[in-house]
Amino acid sequence: MIKETNISNLSEEIVRVENLSKSYEKGKVKALKDISFSINKGELFGFIGPDGTGKTTLFRILTTLLLSDTGTATLNNLDIVKDYKKLRKILGYMPGRFSLYQDLSIEENLNFFATVFGTTIEENYDLIKDIYIQIEPFKKRLAGKLSGGMKQKLALSCALIHKPTILILDEPTTGVDAVSRKEFWEMLKRLKEKGITILVSTPYMDEASMCDRIALMQSGKILSIDTPVNTIKSFEEELYSVSSRDIYRLKNDLKEYENTSSVFLFGQNLHYTSKQENTNIDELKDYLIGNNHEEIKIEKIEPNIEDCFMRLMEN
Amino acid sequence: MAVNTNDKIITVKNLIKKFGDFTANDNLTFDVYRGEIFGFLGANGAGKTTAMKILCGLSKPTSGEISVAGFDVYKQTEKIKKNIGYMSQKFSLYEDMTVKENIRFYAGIYGLKRSYIKEKTAELLDRLRMNDYANTLIASIPLGWKQKLAFSIAIFHNPKIVFLDEPTGGVDPITRRQFWDMIYEAAHNGITVFVTTHYMDEAEYCDRVTIMVDGRIDALDTPDNLKKEYKAENMDQVFVKLARNIE
Repeated sequence: MIKETNISNLSEEIVRVENLSKSYEKGKVKALKDISFSINKGELFGFIGPDGTGKTTLFRILTTLLLSDTGTATLNNLDIVKDYKKLRKILGYMPGRFSLYQDLSIEENLNFFATVFGTTIEENYDLIKDIYIQIEPFKKRLAGKLSGGMKQKLALSCALIHKPTILILDEPTTGVDAVSRKEFWEMLKRLKEKGITILVSTPYMDEASMCDRIALMQSGKILSIDTPVNTIKSFEEELYSVSSRDIYRLKNDLKEYENTSSVFLFGQNLHYTSKQENTNIDELKDYLIGNNHEEIKIEKIEPNIEDCFMRLMEN
Repeated sequence: MAVNTNDKIITVKNLIKKFGDFTANDNLTFDVYRGEIFGFLGANGAGKTTAMKILCGLSKPTSGEISVAGFDVYKQTEKIKKNIGYMSQKFSLYEDMTVKENIRFYAGIYGLKRSYIKEKTAELLDRLRMNDYANTLIASIPLGWKQKLAFSIAIFHNPKIVFLDEPTGGVDPITRRQFWDMIYEAAHNGITVFVTTHYMDEAEYCDRVTIMVDGRIDALDTPDNLKKEYKAENMDQVFVKLARNIE
Protein backbone atom coordinates (compact mmCIF):
# COMPACT_ATOMS: atom_id res chain seq x y z
CA MET A 1 0.00 0.00 0.00
CA ILE A 2 1.10 3.53 -0.69
CA LYS A 3 1.00 5.90 2.18
CA GLU A 4 -0.06 9.42 1.47
CA THR A 5 1.71 12.00 3.53
CA ASN A 6 1.63 15.72 3.77
CA ILE A 7 -1.84 16.25 2.40
CA SER A 8 -3.31 19.09 4.37
CA ASN A 9 -6.90 18.65 5.45
CA LEU A 10 -7.65 22.10 4.22
CA SER A 11 -6.70 21.32 0.66
CA GLU A 12 -9.36 20.19 -1.72
CA GLU A 13 -8.89 16.92 -3.54
CA ILE A 14 -9.41 17.22 -7.28
CA VAL A 15 -8.02 13.92 -8.60
CA ARG A 16 -8.66 10.58 -6.92
CA VAL A 17 -7.29 7.35 -8.37
CA GLU A 18 -7.96 3.98 -6.77
CA ASN A 19 -6.39 0.66 -7.67
CA LEU A 20 -5.91 1.27 -11.36
CA SER A 21 -4.45 -1.64 -13.31
CA LYS A 22 -3.92 -2.04 -17.02
CA SER A 23 -2.30 -4.77 -19.05
CA TYR A 24 -1.67 -5.22 -22.76
CA GLU A 25 -1.32 -8.25 -25.03
CA LYS A 26 -3.81 -10.41 -23.13
CA GLY A 27 -2.24 -9.76 -19.76
CA LYS A 28 1.33 -10.47 -20.81
CA VAL A 29 2.51 -6.88 -20.41
CA LYS A 30 1.45 -5.28 -17.15
CA ALA A 31 1.65 -1.54 -17.72
CA LEU A 32 0.02 -0.39 -14.47
CA LYS A 33 -0.11 -2.42 -11.29
CA ASP A 34 -2.70 -1.31 -8.75
CA ILE A 35 -1.99 2.42 -8.73
CA SER A 36 -3.63 4.70 -6.15
CA PHE A 37 -3.05 8.36 -5.37
CA SER A 38 -4.82 11.67 -5.00
CA ILE A 39 -3.97 15.19 -6.09
CA ASN A 40 -5.10 18.49 -4.60
CA LYS A 41 -6.55 21.44 -6.40
CA GLY A 42 -3.87 23.77 -7.68
CA GLU A 43 -1.03 21.28 -7.26
CA LEU A 44 1.79 20.90 -9.74
CA PHE A 45 2.18 17.14 -9.52
CA GLY A 46 5.01 15.26 -11.22
CA PHE A 47 5.18 11.63 -12.32
CA ILE A 48 8.84 10.81 -12.62
CA GLY A 49 10.25 7.63 -14.09
CA PRO A 50 11.99 6.10 -17.08
CA ASP A 51 10.34 5.03 -20.35
CA GLY A 52 8.08 1.99 -20.14
CA THR A 53 7.03 2.76 -16.58
CA GLY A 54 3.34 3.27 -17.34
CA LYS A 55 3.20 7.06 -17.23
CA THR A 56 1.58 7.39 -20.66
CA THR A 57 -0.87 4.54 -19.97
CA LEU A 58 -1.91 6.30 -16.76
CA PHE A 59 -2.42 9.62 -18.54
CA ARG A 60 -4.37 8.00 -21.37
CA ILE A 61 -6.70 6.41 -18.81
CA LEU A 62 -7.15 9.69 -16.93
CA THR A 63 -7.90 11.58 -20.16
CA THR A 64 -10.60 8.95 -21.03
CA LEU A 65 -8.72 7.75 -24.10
CA LEU A 66 -8.14 4.26 -22.74
CA LEU A 67 -10.09 2.00 -20.38
CA SER A 68 -8.39 0.49 -17.37
CA ASP A 69 -8.77 -3.23 -16.54
CA THR A 70 -9.66 -2.54 -12.92
CA GLY A 71 -9.91 0.45 -10.60
CA THR A 72 -11.63 3.81 -10.63
CA ALA A 73 -10.68 7.42 -11.05
CA THR A 74 -12.45 10.75 -10.71
CA LEU A 75 -11.20 14.15 -11.81
CA ASN A 76 -13.07 17.21 -10.55
CA ASN A 77 -15.73 14.76 -9.28
CA LEU A 78 -16.28 13.37 -12.77
CA ASP A 79 -15.86 9.64 -13.31
CA ILE A 80 -13.48 8.69 -16.13
CA VAL A 81 -15.95 6.15 -17.54
CA LYS A 82 -19.45 7.43 -16.79
CA ASP A 83 -18.77 11.13 -17.21
CA TYR A 84 -16.17 11.00 -19.96
CA LYS A 85 -17.94 13.54 -22.17
CA LYS A 86 -18.13 16.17 -19.43
CA LEU A 87 -14.62 15.36 -18.32
CA ARG A 88 -13.12 15.95 -21.74
CA LYS A 89 -14.43 19.54 -21.65
CA ILE A 90 -12.47 20.44 -18.54
CA LEU A 91 -9.22 18.65 -19.35
CA GLY A 92 -6.29 20.01 -21.29
CA TYR A 93 -4.02 17.29 -22.65
CA MET A 94 -0.65 17.47 -24.33
CA PRO A 95 0.33 14.00 -25.55
CA GLY A 96 3.94 12.88 -25.66
CA ARG A 97 3.95 12.68 -29.42
CA PHE A 98 3.35 15.95 -31.29
CA SER A 99 -0.27 15.61 -32.37
CA LEU A 100 -1.23 18.88 -33.96
CA TYR A 101 -2.02 19.29 -37.64
CA GLN A 102 1.32 19.60 -39.42
CA ASP A 103 -0.30 21.02 -42.55
CA LEU A 104 -2.10 23.80 -40.70
CA SER A 105 -0.37 26.99 -39.58
CA ILE A 106 0.19 27.94 -35.95
CA GLU A 107 -2.83 30.24 -36.03
CA GLU A 108 -5.04 27.68 -37.81
CA ASN A 109 -4.22 24.98 -35.28
CA LEU A 110 -5.05 27.24 -32.37
CA ASN A 111 -8.27 28.42 -34.03
CA PHE A 112 -9.25 24.83 -34.72
CA PHE A 113 -8.89 23.74 -31.11
CA ALA A 114 -10.68 26.87 -29.84
CA THR A 115 -13.62 26.20 -32.19
CA VAL A 116 -13.87 22.53 -31.26
CA PHE A 117 -14.32 23.59 -27.64
CA GLY A 118 -16.82 26.32 -28.59
CA THR A 119 -14.59 29.24 -27.74
CA THR A 120 -12.28 31.75 -29.45
CA ILE A 121 -8.62 32.69 -29.16
CA GLU A 122 -9.64 36.16 -27.97
CA GLU A 123 -11.80 34.83 -25.13
CA ASN A 124 -8.95 33.02 -23.39
CA TYR A 125 -6.01 34.97 -24.77
CA ASP A 126 -4.97 36.00 -21.26
CA LEU A 127 -4.22 32.44 -20.28
CA ILE A 128 -1.99 31.66 -23.24
CA LYS A 129 -0.54 35.13 -23.82
CA ASP A 130 2.80 34.45 -22.06
CA ILE A 131 3.43 31.39 -24.16
CA TYR A 132 1.75 32.29 -27.43
CA ILE A 133 3.45 35.67 -27.70
CA GLN A 134 6.74 33.84 -28.29
CA ILE A 135 5.46 32.06 -31.39
CA GLU A 136 2.94 34.65 -32.61
CA PRO A 137 5.46 36.32 -34.97
CA PHE A 138 5.46 33.03 -36.92
CA LYS A 139 1.71 32.43 -36.81
CA LYS A 140 1.43 31.88 -40.57
CA ARG A 141 4.06 29.13 -40.51
CA LEU A 142 2.95 25.50 -40.86
CA ALA A 143 3.15 23.50 -37.64
CA GLY A 144 5.18 20.83 -39.46
CA LYS A 145 7.93 23.37 -40.14
CA LEU A 146 8.46 24.45 -36.53
CA SER A 147 11.46 23.70 -34.31
CA GLY A 148 11.01 21.39 -31.31
CA GLY A 149 10.76 24.24 -28.82
CA MET A 150 8.15 26.08 -30.91
CA LYS A 151 6.06 22.95 -31.42
CA GLN A 152 6.05 22.46 -27.68
CA LYS A 153 4.81 26.02 -27.10
CA LEU A 154 2.08 25.64 -29.72
CA ALA A 155 0.95 22.30 -28.27
CA LEU A 156 0.72 23.86 -24.81
CA SER A 157 -1.24 26.83 -26.19
CA CYS A 158 -3.69 24.45 -27.89
CA ALA A 159 -4.10 22.41 -24.69
CA LEU A 160 -4.93 25.62 -22.79
CA ILE A 161 -7.19 27.43 -25.25
CA HIS A 162 -10.44 26.17 -23.67
CA LYS A 163 -9.31 27.18 -20.15
CA PRO A 164 -9.12 23.68 -18.68
CA THR A 165 -9.49 23.00 -14.95
CA ILE A 166 -6.86 20.29 -15.08
CA LEU A 167 -3.88 20.18 -17.41
CA ILE A 168 -2.23 16.83 -18.20
CA LEU A 169 1.17 16.96 -19.89
CA ASP A 170 2.88 13.78 -21.04
CA GLU A 171 6.66 14.27 -21.10
CA PRO A 172 6.56 17.84 -22.42
CA THR A 173 10.32 18.28 -21.95
CA THR A 174 11.61 15.03 -23.44
CA GLY A 175 14.24 15.64 -26.10
CA VAL A 176 14.25 19.35 -25.34
CA ASP A 177 17.55 21.02 -24.46
CA ALA A 178 18.43 22.11 -20.91
CA VAL A 179 17.65 25.79 -21.47
CA SER A 180 14.25 25.26 -23.11
CA ARG A 181 13.39 22.80 -20.35
CA LYS A 182 13.98 25.45 -17.68
CA GLU A 183 11.82 27.93 -19.60
CA PHE A 184 9.03 25.39 -19.91
CA TRP A 185 8.93 24.80 -16.16
CA GLU A 186 8.76 28.53 -15.57
CA MET A 187 5.68 28.63 -17.82
CA LEU A 188 4.09 25.81 -15.81
CA LYS A 189 4.68 27.69 -12.56
CA ARG A 190 2.85 30.71 -13.95
CA LEU A 191 -0.09 28.52 -15.03
CA LYS A 192 -0.25 26.99 -11.57
CA GLU A 193 -0.50 30.49 -10.11
CA LYS A 194 -3.62 30.95 -12.22
CA GLY A 195 -5.22 28.05 -10.33
CA ILE A 196 -4.85 25.26 -12.87
CA THR A 197 -4.05 21.82 -11.46
CA ILE A 198 -1.20 20.30 -13.45
CA LEU A 199 -0.20 16.65 -13.86
CA VAL A 200 3.09 16.31 -15.66
CA SER A 201 5.33 13.35 -16.42
CA THR A 202 9.05 13.42 -17.07
CA PRO A 203 12.01 11.06 -17.32
CA TYR A 204 14.37 13.80 -16.06
CA MET A 205 14.97 13.37 -12.33
CA ASP A 206 16.39 16.88 -11.99
CA GLU A 207 12.96 18.34 -12.79
CA ALA A 208 11.48 16.92 -9.57
CA SER A 209 12.30 20.02 -7.56
CA MET A 210 9.99 22.07 -9.79
CA CYS A 211 6.93 20.10 -8.57
CA ASP A 212 4.87 20.46 -5.38
CA ARG A 213 4.74 16.70 -5.03
CA ILE A 214 6.21 13.87 -7.02
CA ALA A 215 5.36 10.23 -7.63
CA LEU A 216 8.45 8.17 -8.47
CA MET A 217 7.39 5.40 -10.86
CA GLN A 218 9.07 2.22 -12.05
CA SER A 219 7.68 -0.85 -13.83
CA GLY A 220 4.00 0.10 -13.51
CA LYS A 221 4.21 0.90 -9.82
CA ILE A 222 4.50 4.01 -7.70
CA LEU A 223 7.62 3.70 -5.54
CA SER A 224 6.88 6.77 -3.43
CA ILE A 225 4.70 9.88 -3.33
CA ASP A 226 5.81 12.95 -1.43
CA THR A 227 7.15 16.47 -1.70
CA PRO A 228 10.64 16.64 -3.25
CA VAL A 229 12.05 17.71 0.14
CA ASN A 230 10.48 14.79 2.03
CA THR A 231 11.47 12.33 -0.70
CA ILE A 232 15.07 13.38 -0.16
CA LYS A 233 14.67 13.18 3.64
CA SER A 234 13.56 9.57 3.29
CA PHE A 235 17.08 8.65 2.12
CA GLU A 236 18.35 7.35 5.43
CA GLU A 237 21.97 6.37 4.81
CA GLU A 238 24.92 8.72 4.93
CA LEU A 239 25.83 9.71 1.39
CA TYR A 240 29.35 10.68 0.34
CA SER A 241 30.77 12.21 -2.78
CA VAL A 242 34.11 10.55 -3.57
CA SER A 243 36.53 11.53 -6.31
CA SER A 244 40.13 10.94 -7.34
CA ARG A 245 42.20 11.60 -10.44
CA ASP A 246 41.12 8.43 -12.23
CA ILE A 247 37.38 8.25 -11.65
CA TYR A 248 36.79 5.14 -13.72
CA ARG A 249 39.36 3.08 -11.81
CA LEU A 250 38.05 4.57 -8.58
CA LYS A 251 34.59 3.24 -9.33
CA ASN A 252 35.87 -0.26 -9.97
CA ASP A 253 38.01 -0.20 -6.83
CA LEU A 254 35.12 1.01 -4.70
CA LYS A 255 32.93 -1.76 -6.07
CA GLU A 256 35.52 -4.24 -4.79
CA TYR A 257 35.71 -2.62 -1.36
CA GLU A 258 34.19 -4.78 1.38
CA ASN A 259 32.32 -1.96 3.15
CA THR A 260 30.64 -0.62 0.01
CA SER A 261 26.86 -0.71 -0.11
CA SER A 262 26.39 1.30 -3.33
CA VAL A 263 28.52 3.34 -5.69
CA PHE A 264 27.18 5.35 -8.63
CA LEU A 265 28.78 7.74 -11.08
CA PHE A 266 27.50 11.34 -10.90
CA GLY A 267 29.33 13.60 -13.30
CA GLN A 268 32.95 13.66 -12.17
CA ASN A 269 32.20 12.28 -8.70
CA LEU A 270 30.97 9.01 -7.27
CA HIS A 271 28.09 8.81 -4.84
CA TYR A 272 28.97 6.30 -2.20
CA THR A 273 27.12 4.64 0.68
CA SER A 274 28.67 2.27 3.18
CA LYS A 275 27.39 -0.90 4.83
CA GLN A 276 28.65 0.56 8.10
CA GLU A 277 26.11 2.47 10.15
CA ASN A 278 28.63 5.26 10.66
CA THR A 279 30.83 5.44 7.61
CA ASN A 280 34.48 5.09 8.60
CA ILE A 281 36.10 7.73 6.40
CA ASP A 282 39.66 7.07 7.54
CA GLU A 283 39.37 3.40 6.68
CA LEU A 284 37.93 4.29 3.27
CA LYS A 285 40.72 6.77 2.61
CA ASP A 286 43.39 4.24 3.60
CA TYR A 287 41.88 1.70 1.24
CA LEU A 288 41.99 4.17 -1.65
CA ILE A 289 45.53 5.28 -0.87
CA GLY A 290 46.48 1.60 -0.74
CA ASN A 291 45.13 1.30 -4.27
CA ASN A 292 47.35 4.16 -5.44
CA HIS A 293 44.64 6.76 -5.88
CA GLU A 294 45.72 10.39 -5.96
CA GLU A 295 43.88 13.62 -5.20
CA ILE A 296 41.30 11.76 -3.14
CA LYS A 297 38.32 13.85 -2.03
CA ILE A 298 35.62 12.52 0.28
CA GLU A 299 32.76 14.78 1.27
CA LYS A 300 29.41 14.18 2.92
CA ILE A 301 26.56 15.39 0.72
CA GLU A 302 22.79 15.68 0.53
CA PRO A 303 21.20 13.10 -1.76
CA ASN A 304 19.29 14.22 -4.85
CA ILE A 305 16.17 12.70 -6.39
CA GLU A 306 18.21 10.38 -8.62
CA ASP A 307 19.95 8.95 -5.55
CA CYS A 308 16.53 8.33 -3.98
CA PHE A 309 15.16 6.78 -7.13
CA MET A 310 18.06 4.33 -7.47
CA ARG A 311 17.76 3.41 -3.81
CA LEU A 312 14.04 2.68 -4.24
CA MET A 313 14.76 0.70 -7.43
CA GLU A 314 17.23 -1.51 -5.62
CA ASN A 315 14.87 -2.32 -2.75
CA MET B 1 42.40 8.06 -20.19
CA ALA B 2 45.54 9.19 -21.96
CA VAL B 3 44.69 10.38 -25.44
CA ASN B 4 47.37 11.07 -28.04
CA THR B 5 46.67 14.53 -29.43
CA ASN B 6 48.79 13.84 -32.51
CA ASP B 7 46.56 10.97 -33.53
CA LYS B 8 43.52 12.63 -35.10
CA ILE B 9 40.67 10.39 -36.22
CA ILE B 10 38.36 13.22 -37.31
CA THR B 11 39.55 16.55 -38.65
CA VAL B 12 37.13 19.34 -39.49
CA LYS B 13 38.34 22.59 -41.05
CA ASN B 14 35.95 25.45 -41.81
CA LEU B 15 32.89 23.26 -42.25
CA ILE B 16 29.98 25.22 -43.67
CA LYS B 17 26.58 23.72 -44.49
CA LYS B 18 23.81 25.86 -45.89
CA PHE B 19 20.21 25.01 -46.69
CA GLY B 20 19.11 27.85 -48.99
CA ASP B 21 19.91 31.05 -47.08
CA PHE B 22 19.95 29.23 -43.76
CA THR B 23 23.40 28.39 -42.38
CA ALA B 24 23.10 25.26 -40.24
CA ASN B 25 26.86 24.85 -39.67
CA ASP B 26 28.75 28.13 -39.62
CA ASN B 27 32.48 27.55 -40.08
CA LEU B 28 33.16 24.68 -37.68
CA THR B 29 36.75 23.71 -36.96
CA PHE B 30 37.71 20.94 -34.56
CA ASP B 31 39.61 17.66 -34.25
CA VAL B 32 38.70 14.43 -32.50
CA TYR B 33 41.51 12.22 -31.19
CA ARG B 34 41.68 8.47 -31.47
CA GLY B 35 40.21 6.68 -28.46
CA GLU B 36 38.61 9.70 -26.84
CA ILE B 37 35.01 10.17 -25.73
CA PHE B 38 33.95 13.33 -27.49
CA GLY B 39 30.75 15.01 -26.27
CA PHE B 40 28.83 16.98 -28.87
CA LEU B 41 26.31 19.20 -27.11
CA GLY B 42 24.03 22.04 -28.06
CA ALA B 43 20.50 23.37 -27.91
CA ASN B 44 17.77 22.02 -30.20
CA GLY B 45 18.32 23.42 -33.65
CA ALA B 46 21.95 24.36 -32.99
CA GLY B 47 23.11 22.24 -35.93
CA LYS B 48 24.31 19.05 -34.21
CA THR B 49 22.38 16.60 -36.38
CA THR B 50 23.47 18.38 -39.57
CA ALA B 51 27.13 18.12 -38.59
CA MET B 52 26.77 14.51 -37.51
CA LYS B 53 25.15 13.52 -40.81
CA ILE B 54 28.10 15.04 -42.66
CA LEU B 55 30.62 13.19 -40.49
CA CYS B 56 28.76 9.92 -41.12
CA GLY B 57 28.92 10.42 -44.88
CA LEU B 58 25.16 10.88 -45.23
CA SER B 59 25.20 14.50 -46.29
CA LYS B 60 27.71 16.67 -48.17
CA PRO B 61 29.01 19.93 -46.73
CA THR B 62 28.66 23.19 -48.67
CA SER B 63 32.37 23.84 -48.09
CA GLY B 64 35.23 22.93 -45.78
CA GLU B 65 37.83 20.20 -45.43
CA ILE B 66 36.64 17.22 -43.46
CA SER B 67 38.15 13.81 -43.01
CA VAL B 68 36.75 10.93 -40.96
CA ALA B 69 38.87 7.88 -40.14
CA GLY B 70 41.26 9.06 -42.83
CA PHE B 71 38.60 9.37 -45.56
CA ASP B 72 37.26 12.40 -47.34
CA VAL B 73 33.58 13.29 -46.76
CA TYR B 74 33.09 14.42 -50.38
CA LYS B 75 34.48 11.45 -52.25
CA GLN B 76 34.89 8.50 -49.88
CA THR B 77 31.56 8.30 -48.07
CA GLU B 78 31.21 4.53 -48.61
CA LYS B 79 34.60 3.95 -46.99
CA ILE B 80 33.56 6.19 -44.09
CA LYS B 81 30.38 4.18 -43.57
CA LYS B 82 32.37 0.94 -43.37
CA ASN B 83 34.63 2.36 -40.70
CA ILE B 84 32.05 3.86 -38.38
CA GLY B 85 29.22 2.60 -36.21
CA TYR B 86 26.03 4.55 -35.57
CA MET B 87 23.32 4.34 -32.97
CA SER B 88 20.45 6.67 -32.20
CA GLN B 89 17.61 6.53 -29.76
CA LYS B 90 15.06 6.80 -32.54
CA PHE B 91 16.41 4.34 -35.06
CA SER B 92 18.16 1.30 -33.81
CA LEU B 93 16.77 -2.20 -34.04
CA TYR B 94 13.99 -3.89 -36.01
CA GLU B 95 11.15 -4.51 -33.58
CA ASP B 96 9.66 -7.39 -35.55
CA MET B 97 12.91 -9.33 -35.73
CA THR B 98 14.48 -11.32 -32.91
CA VAL B 99 17.61 -10.38 -31.00
CA LYS B 100 19.70 -12.86 -33.01
CA GLU B 101 18.19 -11.83 -36.34
CA ASN B 102 19.02 -8.20 -35.67
CA ILE B 103 22.64 -9.06 -34.93
CA ARG B 104 22.93 -11.21 -38.05
CA PHE B 105 21.24 -8.58 -40.20
CA TYR B 106 23.54 -5.72 -39.20
CA ALA B 107 26.67 -7.86 -39.22
CA GLY B 108 25.69 -9.05 -42.69
CA ILE B 109 25.34 -5.49 -43.96
CA TYR B 110 28.93 -4.87 -42.91
CA GLY B 111 29.99 -7.92 -44.88
CA LEU B 112 31.23 -10.01 -41.97
CA LYS B 113 31.73 -13.75 -42.51
CA ARG B 114 29.06 -16.15 -41.29
CA SER B 115 31.37 -18.18 -39.09
CA TYR B 116 32.70 -14.98 -37.52
CA ILE B 117 29.18 -13.65 -36.93
CA LYS B 118 28.17 -16.91 -35.27
CA GLU B 119 31.11 -16.92 -32.92
CA LYS B 120 30.85 -13.24 -32.01
CA THR B 121 27.06 -13.48 -31.51
CA ALA B 122 27.48 -16.20 -28.90
CA GLU B 123 30.12 -14.12 -27.17
CA LEU B 124 27.95 -11.02 -27.22
CA LEU B 125 24.82 -12.73 -25.89
CA ASP B 126 26.93 -14.17 -23.10
CA ARG B 127 28.38 -10.82 -22.15
CA LEU B 128 24.95 -9.13 -22.17
CA ARG B 129 23.46 -12.11 -20.29
CA MET B 130 20.82 -12.35 -22.99
CA ASN B 131 21.27 -15.99 -23.98
CA ASP B 132 17.71 -16.85 -23.01
CA TYR B 133 16.39 -14.07 -25.21
CA ALA B 134 18.26 -14.81 -28.43
CA ASN B 135 15.01 -15.77 -30.16
CA THR B 136 12.80 -13.11 -28.55
CA LEU B 137 11.37 -10.29 -30.66
CA ILE B 138 12.97 -6.92 -29.99
CA ALA B 139 9.47 -5.49 -29.42
CA SER B 140 9.12 -7.47 -26.20
CA ILE B 141 12.44 -6.77 -24.47
CA PRO B 142 12.87 -3.82 -22.06
CA LEU B 143 14.14 -0.49 -23.37
CA GLY B 144 17.37 -0.62 -21.38
CA TRP B 145 18.28 -3.97 -22.96
CA LYS B 146 17.45 -2.69 -26.41
CA GLN B 147 19.83 0.20 -25.96
CA LYS B 148 22.66 -2.00 -24.72
CA LEU B 149 22.07 -4.39 -27.60
CA ALA B 150 21.86 -1.55 -30.13
CA PHE B 151 25.20 -0.22 -28.90
CA SER B 152 26.83 -3.66 -29.07
CA ILE B 153 25.56 -4.07 -32.62
CA ALA B 154 26.83 -0.61 -33.58
CA ILE B 155 30.36 -1.70 -32.64
CA PHE B 156 30.01 -5.34 -33.76
CA HIS B 157 32.15 -4.76 -36.87
CA ASN B 158 34.81 -3.11 -34.73
CA PRO B 159 34.57 0.37 -36.24
CA LYS B 160 37.17 3.08 -35.69
CA ILE B 161 34.51 5.54 -34.53
CA VAL B 162 31.04 5.08 -33.10
CA PHE B 163 28.49 7.90 -33.33
CA LEU B 164 25.87 7.90 -30.59
CA ASP B 165 22.92 10.25 -30.99
CA GLU B 166 21.24 10.67 -27.60
CA PRO B 167 21.77 7.02 -26.73
CA THR B 168 20.42 7.14 -23.18
CA GLY B 169 17.18 9.09 -23.54
CA GLY B 170 14.40 7.79 -21.32
CA VAL B 171 16.17 4.92 -19.55
CA ASP B 172 16.27 4.56 -15.78
CA PRO B 173 19.26 6.01 -13.91
CA ILE B 174 20.86 2.63 -13.17
CA THR B 175 20.64 1.43 -16.79
CA ARG B 176 21.95 4.83 -17.93
CA ARG B 177 25.07 4.29 -15.84
CA GLN B 178 25.50 0.72 -17.07
CA PHE B 179 25.33 2.09 -20.60
CA TRP B 180 28.16 4.51 -19.84
CA ASP B 181 30.21 1.60 -18.53
CA MET B 182 29.90 0.09 -22.00
CA ILE B 183 30.96 3.37 -23.60
CA TYR B 184 34.05 3.52 -21.38
CA GLU B 185 34.90 -0.05 -22.27
CA ALA B 186 34.62 0.66 -26.00
CA ALA B 187 36.85 3.73 -25.64
CA HIS B 188 39.28 1.67 -23.59
CA ASN B 189 39.46 -0.79 -26.49
CA GLY B 190 40.44 2.03 -28.83
CA ILE B 191 37.08 2.91 -30.39
CA THR B 192 36.55 6.66 -30.60
CA VAL B 193 33.17 7.66 -29.20
CA PHE B 194 31.30 10.68 -30.58
CA VAL B 195 28.22 11.25 -28.45
CA THR B 196 25.34 13.72 -28.11
CA THR B 197 23.22 13.95 -24.98
CA HIS B 198 20.75 16.18 -23.17
CA TYR B 199 21.88 14.91 -19.76
CA MET B 200 24.41 17.43 -18.56
CA ASP B 201 25.89 15.07 -15.95
CA GLU B 202 26.85 12.80 -18.85
CA ALA B 203 28.79 15.66 -20.42
CA GLU B 204 31.17 15.27 -17.48
CA TYR B 205 31.95 11.69 -18.48
CA CYS B 206 33.47 12.87 -21.77
CA ASP B 207 37.18 13.51 -22.32
CA ARG B 208 36.33 16.70 -24.19
CA VAL B 209 33.09 18.51 -24.87
CA THR B 210 32.01 20.97 -27.51
CA ILE B 211 28.92 23.10 -27.17
CA MET B 212 27.24 24.28 -30.34
CA VAL B 213 25.19 27.45 -30.29
CA ASP B 214 23.45 28.80 -33.38
CA GLY B 215 25.45 26.76 -35.88
CA ARG B 216 28.81 27.65 -34.34
CA ILE B 217 31.13 25.98 -31.87
CA ASP B 218 31.34 28.36 -28.92
CA ALA B 219 33.33 26.18 -26.57
CA LEU B 220 35.55 23.12 -26.83
CA ASP B 221 37.60 21.80 -23.96
CA THR B 222 37.69 19.26 -21.14
CA PRO B 223 34.72 19.53 -18.75
CA ASP B 224 37.10 20.73 -16.02
CA ASN B 225 38.51 23.56 -18.10
CA LEU B 226 35.06 24.62 -19.31
CA LYS B 227 33.81 24.82 -15.75
CA LYS B 228 36.80 26.97 -14.80
CA GLU B 229 36.46 29.21 -17.83
CA TYR B 230 32.74 29.86 -17.29
CA LYS B 231 33.02 29.96 -13.49
CA ALA B 232 30.46 27.21 -13.21
CA GLU B 233 30.01 24.40 -10.72
CA ASN B 234 28.82 21.90 -13.29
CA MET B 235 28.26 21.44 -17.02
CA ASP B 236 24.61 22.37 -16.73
CA GLN B 237 25.61 25.89 -15.69
CA VAL B 238 28.18 26.09 -18.50
CA PHE B 239 25.51 25.09 -20.98
CA VAL B 240 22.93 27.57 -19.71
CA LYS B 241 25.48 30.42 -19.73
CA LEU B 242 26.49 29.68 -23.30
CA ALA B 243 23.03 29.08 -24.71
CA ARG B 244 21.46 32.09 -22.97
CA ASN B 245 24.18 34.42 -24.26
CA ILE B 246 22.80 34.39 -27.76
CA GLU B 247 19.35 35.67 -26.85
